[in-house]
Parts: sequence; C-alpha cells; structure tokens
Amino acid sequence: MSTSRDQILARIRAANRPANRPANEAAGAGDDADAAYATLPRKYLRAHHAPASGGIADLFAERTADYRAVVERVPESGLAAAVARVLAQRAAAAPGPFVVPDGLPSGWLDALSPAIALARDTPPLPAAELDRMAGVVTGCAVAIAETGTIILDHGPGQGRRALTLVPDFHLVIVRASQVYADLADAFARLVPDPNRRPHTLISGPSATSDIELIRVEGVHGPRNLHVLLAERH
Amino acid sequence: MTAPGAGGLQPGAPPASAPHPGMPTYLGMPSFPVAARAAVADSQLRANLTHATHTIRAKRAGAVAELADWEQLRQAAKEIKDHTLAHLDTYLLRLEANVTRAGGHVHWAADADEANAIVAGLVRSAGADGVVKVKSMATQETGLNEALAADGIGALETDLAELIVQLGHDRPSHILVPAIHRNRAEIREIFRTQMPGAPAGLTDDPQALAAAARAHLRQAFLSASVGVSGANFAIAETGSLVVVESEGNGRMCVTLPRTLISVVGIEKILPSWRDLEVFLALLPRSSTAERMNPYTSTWTGITPGDGPEHFHLVLLDNGRTSALADQTGRQALRCIRCSACLNVCPVYERTGGHAYGSPYPGPIGAIISPLLRGVTSPADASLPYASTLCGACYEVCPVAINIPEVLVHLRAKVVDAKREKTFSPERTIFQLSGWVLRSPRLLAAAQRAAATGGKLVARSGRIRRLPPPLNGWTETRDAPAPPPESFRAWWARTRGTGR
Repeated sequence: MSTSRDQILARIRAANRPANRPANEAAGAGDDADAAYATLPRKYLRAHHAPASGGIADLFAERTADYRAVVERVPESGLAAAVARVLAQRAAAAPGPFVVPDGLPSGWLDALSPAIALARDTPPLPAAELDRMAGVVTGCAVAIAETGTIILDHGPGQGRRALTLVPDFHLVIVRASQVYADLADAFARLVPDPNRRPHTLISGPSATSDIELIRVEGVHGPRNLHVLLAERH
Repeated sequence: MTAPGAGGLQPGAPPASAPHPGMPTYLGMPSFPVAARAAVADSQLRANLTHATHTIRAKRAGAVAELADWEQLRQAAKEIKDHTLAHLDTYLLRLEANVTRAGGHVHWAADADEANAIVAGLVRSAGADGVVKVKSMATQETGLNEALAADGIGALETDLAELIVQLGHDRPSHILVPAIHRNRAEIREIFRTQMPGAPAGLTDDPQALAAAARAHLRQAFLSASVGVSGANFAIAETGSLVVVESEGNGRMCVTLPRTLISVVGIEKILPSWRDLEVFLALLPRSSTAERMNPYTSTWTGITPGDGPEHFHLVLLDNGRTSALADQTGRQALRCIRCSACLNVCPVYERTGGHAYGSPYPGPIGAIISPLLRGVTSPADASLPYASTLCGACYEVCPVAINIPEVLVHLRAKVVDAKREKTFSPERTIFQLSGWVLRSPRLLAAAQRAAATGGKLVARSGRIRRLPPPLNGWTETRDAPAPPPESFRAWWARTRGTGR
C-alpha cells in the first residue's frame, strides 16, 4: 500500500525492539498481543453500587437530575398519561410537531391529546425539517446510575442519530430494568454488533465549560432533556 | 453545499513561517522564558487563569474522590496504554482492517504536511470548499486550518472555545478550554465585534454567550457537507471511533455531513471495546470534573441510513514514532488529553498556555512538544525547564505519566545537544569551579572577590541581573547577594568569639 504506511509500521517495530522497551513492559510484550492483553491487571471495582440494594433507580434519578435533566418517576401503568402531559406542556411553549422514530413501543403515545401533531421519519426528514420540530420522543438501550447517563444504540424506538440531536427537546423513556449500576455493566451490553450501530451517551442536556471553566447548560444539542423513569409497582 | 460563512473565515493563528516541520502554527515563537516574562506581567491574564484553574481544581478533586478505586483505574489505564504501545503495529493493522470492513477508508500520514494534503484532497473530491470542525488536538498540531485556507477551503471551528479563539484571531492556550485566557467580558466583546449577526444587547452572561454561539452555528451544521473531527479513542477490536464532548457540536459534525474525515494520532488506539469502561471513568472526571460529559459518540465505519455516507480515517504519526523510540519519553504517548496537569501546574497558572509555543501547553506540553519535534529549536530546548518539578502533574495524571521524570530526562538531552557546541559558559564555569574548590587558597580568594563583586551588582541583598556570560542565570530568577564576609574569613578574624 502507501509508503507512509510501511514507513510508520517499520518505525514502530524499530522503536519496539526488545532492547528498546522499558524493563517493566517486557512481561507484557510477547509477540502474541492477545495473550498479553488477557493478562493485564484490572483491579478496579466492577461495580460501585450493589444492585441488590435496590437503590439503583434512586441513584439514577438523582444523578441525572444533578446535570439539569428533568427526571420524573412514573409507574409503567401511568406512562402514556405522563407522555401526554409532558408533550402538552412542551407544545404550549414551543409549537410544532414531535418526531417519533419507528419501533416506539405501542401504547406510549396512546393518551396524546388530538392537538399534538406527530411526524414520522419515513422517508427520512431533512435536517432543516428536524430543526422545526417541537421535540422528539424515544426510548433508550441502557442507562448508568453511577454517572446519570442514558445510552442510545439507535435501534428500534430510538431513531437515527439526527433525530435526538437537532430538535431542542428530547423526551426519553427509561425503564427501570434498563438501568445498570455502573459503566462496566452497561458497556458490556453495547459491543458494536454486526449492524455496526453507533452509540450516543447522554448525560444531561447540552452544556459547556468553555467560559471560565464554569458549566452552563444549553449549546448545540437539545437544551431540554426530559426523562421519564418507568417503574413497575 | 458548504457551511455558509466557512469559506470566508480568516484562520485564527498567524501563518507558518519557519522551517521546522511538524507543528507549523506556532513557529517563530520565542523560547519559554522570554514569552513567560510578558505573560506573567499581564495581570488580566493572571486573574483569568487563577480564577479558572482554581475553580476546576477543587471540582476535580471532588469528582475523583467519589470513586474508591481511582488508583486501580489509573493503574489499569496505564497498563492498557503501555501494552497497546508495545503492540502498536498489531493494533493499528487490526483497526485498519475493521474500519475498512465497516465501509470506512484508512489513510496513513507520516507527518503534518501529508495529513493536511490528504484532508484537502478529500474535501475537494467531496466537491466542498468548506468544512465544519470538532475541536481536535491532532488538527491543531498539524495546522490543518491554515493548510486548508491556503488551498481555498474554509474551516469553521464549532467548539465554543475554539470559536472564541478563531473569531478573536487568537491562539488556543489550553488543551480542553482553548479560550481559558479570556474572561466573559472579553468573550462578549469578541462576539460583539467579530461574530456576524451577533444579537444586539448581548450580555456577558455565559448562558447568553452560549446561546449566541448556538444561533451563529446552527445553519452551518444543518447544511455542511464535510465534517472534520479527531477522536479520543479508536477501538482496534471493532473499528469504532469515540468522540467525547459537551456541547453537541461534535455530534453535529460526526452525524449531519455526508462526508466525515477523522484525523487521529496513532497512539489514540485501544485494544478492545471493554477498555472504554476504564477510560470513560477517568477522562470526564479528570478534565471537566464531571461524572460523565454530556455527550459521547461512537461510530463504526458507515451505518446505512444513519449519518455520513463516506468515512475517512487519517492515522497520524508526526513524531509519535520518535517519541515511542525514547525509552523514558514514550510514556507521554499514554496521554488522553484531559488537561488535569495544566490545571494544577503552578507554572501554567502564572504564564498561561501561549508561552509554551505549541498547541500542547502546560506540563504535558513541556514534554510532548520536545518529544514530537526534538530539542533543536530554542523554544523546544527551553520547554523541559518550564517546570518547578513539583510533581503535582504526575499526581493528577489519570494515566500516571511521570512528567517530572520525563522533564529531567529531556533536560539531559538538551544539555547533551549543547555539549556539541564549541563554547559553553556553563561548562567553563563548572570547570573553573572544580579548579577553585580543589584549593583552599583559591577558594578564599574567590570568596573575597565574590563579596566585593556582590556589593557592586546587588540591590537590597538581591542580584537581579548579572553581566554576560552569567546573565543566563538571572534571566529567570534573582540570585542572593554573596555575604559580605565568608565563614572562613569571619573565623580567621574572630576565632569564633563573635567579636
């Protein structure tokens, strides 16, 4: 292939000659990278919170709200009513249709007032059209309590990435069973599959620390993140 | 087809002028002590920096203290990075294969010029004359914006701080917050005078400034056809790239354009997806003191129906293989660009980032820049000395880079490079000292001479400026005046009676 490729690889191999490696690396520097990788020490905690303690949903709600998302805990049976109420509130403040991705669980939108307009993303809406939406409603793949993070894998019910990016309001429904205590547990469920889906990790609304290193909410992503945490009672 | 306004923007930094390859943006910068003298005298700059670095320091400590296993995470990160560097060829080839399998194209760039030429060619073949950019250290390092401008391609920086720097025709001064040297009132003034369509009556409230940036860039995002990014991590096992950000400008740039070009240093690679559980625990807490940053995007080549239709990965060497060949210095390649070391550094806090003469300022910059560029230029030869060796940087580093150790190692390299010169005042002085210290008579004479000489140059017990060739010593520090009488002379005069 290209000469730069060969040159870079040759320079790496020369730099990694056994004589040139620091002594403490020698053990893990055998020819078999995978065998050496398997022996790397990982003494950190797999979990910082015991799932059995039952406080995972509480922790998720607290940590997500800590980054200025609006978090409401609702029983599964009251989910459709809660969605209807939240969208009505939003529509009063910002008129326009709400975009809904394919595959959103049936029932979530059952209680909407007839005044709420919905837009489907088939065929895909142009970005400028998404910019005119009042908001978007999605589910998620998993969530992390420790960090207050919601993870989309853009599968059914979550839409392609632009849907949850361009509109200024994102209502996301998280089932309590989707909340994992820690990063490691959640990530283990997200290995890119053969469909090569992208992922978006969301921790609160769009924010910046670029002015005097002080965090302020609201730049390019949705400035309003509303979370409904649905729990079985 | 292109981002409106992007084509007409002036690049933020002055043009490249000196013959040094690698980081063209900052060439012709004075050496650190010269630049630092001016920076330290700027009281507004010092106030801005003190305010920002002290704010983040306390917050970072709190975010880190929340995790009982911080030290174990740090150790794991160090081991994973060292392992990856030791097998870098294997992992790069694996990454290349997996990105290609996922529909992406992989390019290899030996240096900055080659990387810039590859990007410019890709933009042209996409039929565009402008790009939207996510903040990226790799493209700062290569001077991509200036190279694209020379090719008639406009690059629009979309990160808030990079936008402030670009609109202010300024240089970045911090890895994470490139406009850290500006306070809110200065930013308001830059927006008011330089941002087309800035809202009338814009206040200096950070929320209002962020809203102005949102409105300014919205149309550019929606209509851009080419996005340029870096990456925080590249996963060899899956061919996935990871961008960690806060504002959503990163999501915009990697999602909306039809073509995405990512310029990534070869050391950004991680063996497997699982490693993210370590690095995503360490990076946000170390950089913005958050449990997690607002947005992290991962993508794997092309996903039909979602995001760009064309994806190009440019793997950048630009001195990294030289750093890898340096046994002590290679640990700097573990760096994940969190900037925790800048925020705790007593030198950075006082001089700011511009004095380092490189896109990489602060303690990590003081080692990365000479490792990537060598120690031949006066600016690079001065950087290993831009430190008190207090070790605060090592303590906060989430990948345990022993920065003081590398600084001392690089100082030795600088001295070795000087040894080849014909005359060195320092060496001559040490040879003379050896000769004087061997003879009690000469030492006494030298002490008498020093007492007399000291009276001539000292003011209130301090020597602020020595004559050449000794002036190098007093360039960066005062020297205490020699005592009027040495102990030996006092003893000879009084026999210890004190009279």
